[in-house]
Amino acid sequence: MDFKTALFYILSAILVIAALRVVTARNPVHAVLFLVLAFFNASGLWLLLQAEFLAIALIVVYVGAVMVLFLFVVMMLDINLERLRQGFWGNLWLGGPIAVLMVVEMVAVLSARSFGPEAMPAPAAAVAGVSNTKALGTAIYTDYVYPFELASVILLVALIAAVVLNLRQRRDNKQLNPAEQIAVRRKDRVRIVSMPSEKE
Amino acid sequence: MENAVLQFFQWFWNLFGLWDALWAVVKPVWPLVWVLMKIVAIILPLMLSVAYLTFWERKIIGWMQVRIGPNRVGPWGLLQPIADGMKLFFKEVLVPTGANKALFFVGPVMAIAPALAAWSVVPFFDGGALANIDAGLFYVLAMTSMGIYGVIIAGWASNSKYPFLGAMRASAQMVSYEIAMGMALVCVLMVSNSLNLSDIVRAQGRGWFADHGAGFLSWNWIPLLPMFVVYFISGVAETNRAPFDVVEGESEIVAGHMVEFSGMAFAMFFLAEYANMILVATLTSVLFLGGWLSPVGFLPDGFHWLAVKISFFLFLFLWFRATFPRYRYDQIMRLGWKVFVPLTLVWIVVIGTWMVTPWNIFK
Repeated sequence: MDFKTALFYILSAILVIAALRVVTARNPVHAVLFLVLAFFNASGLWLLLQAEFLAIALIVVYVGAVMVLFLFVVMMLDINLERLRQGFWGNLWLGGPIAVLMVVEMVAVLSARSFGPEAMPAPAAAVAGVSNTKALGTAIYTDYVYPFELASVILLVALIAAVVLNLRQRRDNKQLNPAEQIAVRRKDRVRIVSMPSEKE
Repeated sequence: MENAVLQFFQWFWNLFGLWDALWAVVKPVWPLVWVLMKIVAIILPLMLSVAYLTFWERKIIGWMQVRIGPNRVGPWGLLQPIADGMKLFFKEVLVPTGANKALFFVGPVMAIAPALAAWSVVPFFDGGALANIDAGLFYVLAMTSMGIYGVIIAGWASNSKYPFLGAMRASAQMVSYEIAMGMALVCVLMVSNSLNLSDIVRAQGRGWFADHGAGFLSWNWIPLLPMFVVYFISGVAETNRAPFDVVEGESEIVAGHMVEFSGMAFAMFFLAEYANMILVATLTSVLFLGGWLSPVGFLPDGFHWLAVKISFFLFLFLWFRATFPRYRYDQIMRLGWKVFVPLTLVWIVVIGTWMVTPWNIFK
């Protein structure tokens, strides 16, 4: 077993354990932190596949931004696990078959027939001197430019929709105008009153 | 370099006649040993710089406030940081009763680990980076974005109100300024056509001015002046330094996420903060001020130029702290989202347009 294979098994083992702990952890904050660990290990696996741009993008986007906001929200929530767990097993009749169905589907798709070494031969080794980032950029902005632009427009629409959905004009909203604050001069705020001294 | 070090070891151990026996053991793991030696060669000076940065900070703020600053321990107070370090080292690490024990100690580790990991791609001189990787700039961005977990985890695990408020403030502030920072870096990678930090420095050594012996006019800071300013200010905000230090604002929330920490656990946060300051100063020098390049043609390039540039930016950090009052929270958010992000977006378009016109200077 060479070094890369050993690294693959270590990263995968941590990834699987972390992913399991995400759903089994009692504390929601722990669950989020295990999810962060899972993302980190997944990015390590991508690095082993020489996809360094995607691996680092996973860390920047998910670990560095998305999960931080997740953590932020989860920490603020007052989650009572006892109440959440009430009637948990009552949903088994619905959840159980769905879980079985998903496992069957995953096995069907990811089995050796469609994902084995024969169906998916190793890609040709990357040419030295061609950067991963550059190759990805070229592909996105030439061959796949329309799907890429479409995806970005959809994201923009979602972004605006999220803002609009939360936009409510509040009457008691107090606003500051920074330009006004900066433009303030001494004479607007201070009045010098001259008083004769009150000596006897 | 590697051969010279090997030769030195060979000479040294041959004095005792032990070289052959030693090399038989070390040879299979030599690449690992060599990398470890390089890591130590980066971390040790970094830790020393952190120690003396705290000293320098206290001295400079002292002089700016017409005081003397630390002058009791050693000649001119020069041993003060060592004494401080010893004191922190021997102090007891207290764990609050209601704290989450495991995460309480994960917090400081998560603060310092990314602060050190980011150094692996920084080029100190031509070819002088621990890992000369293609996506270096992106890697630095990823590592600095990880640093926030230290603050959040520490704030939450302390199970105390001030640390929690500090963690909340930190997560909002650091995520906001990361966006402006990333956008500013997009401009840099556009003009240098590379994500490799060494290539970014080399790209700044080309141009009409560099050919005529005035290299400092060819560096990125002139065509990217707004981005240079945005990047450095975002860097100050990212490291939670004054005037953006609401995360640990003494007058409001005592020391934010660090309130419950003592001894070495506290020292870890301290080390991380100063290591991050040096990192931001280094990156600003590398990305905008030409890294190891000499400003004028008749002087040789080298690490000393990078050191001068880093010192300049570190001085700015300290100068800001002595000069500006702390920003209010809504002002921080406004500056990040309503000023920096639109400015960077506009400048990306400006640079993009510039690069397709015949006046493109970035070739």
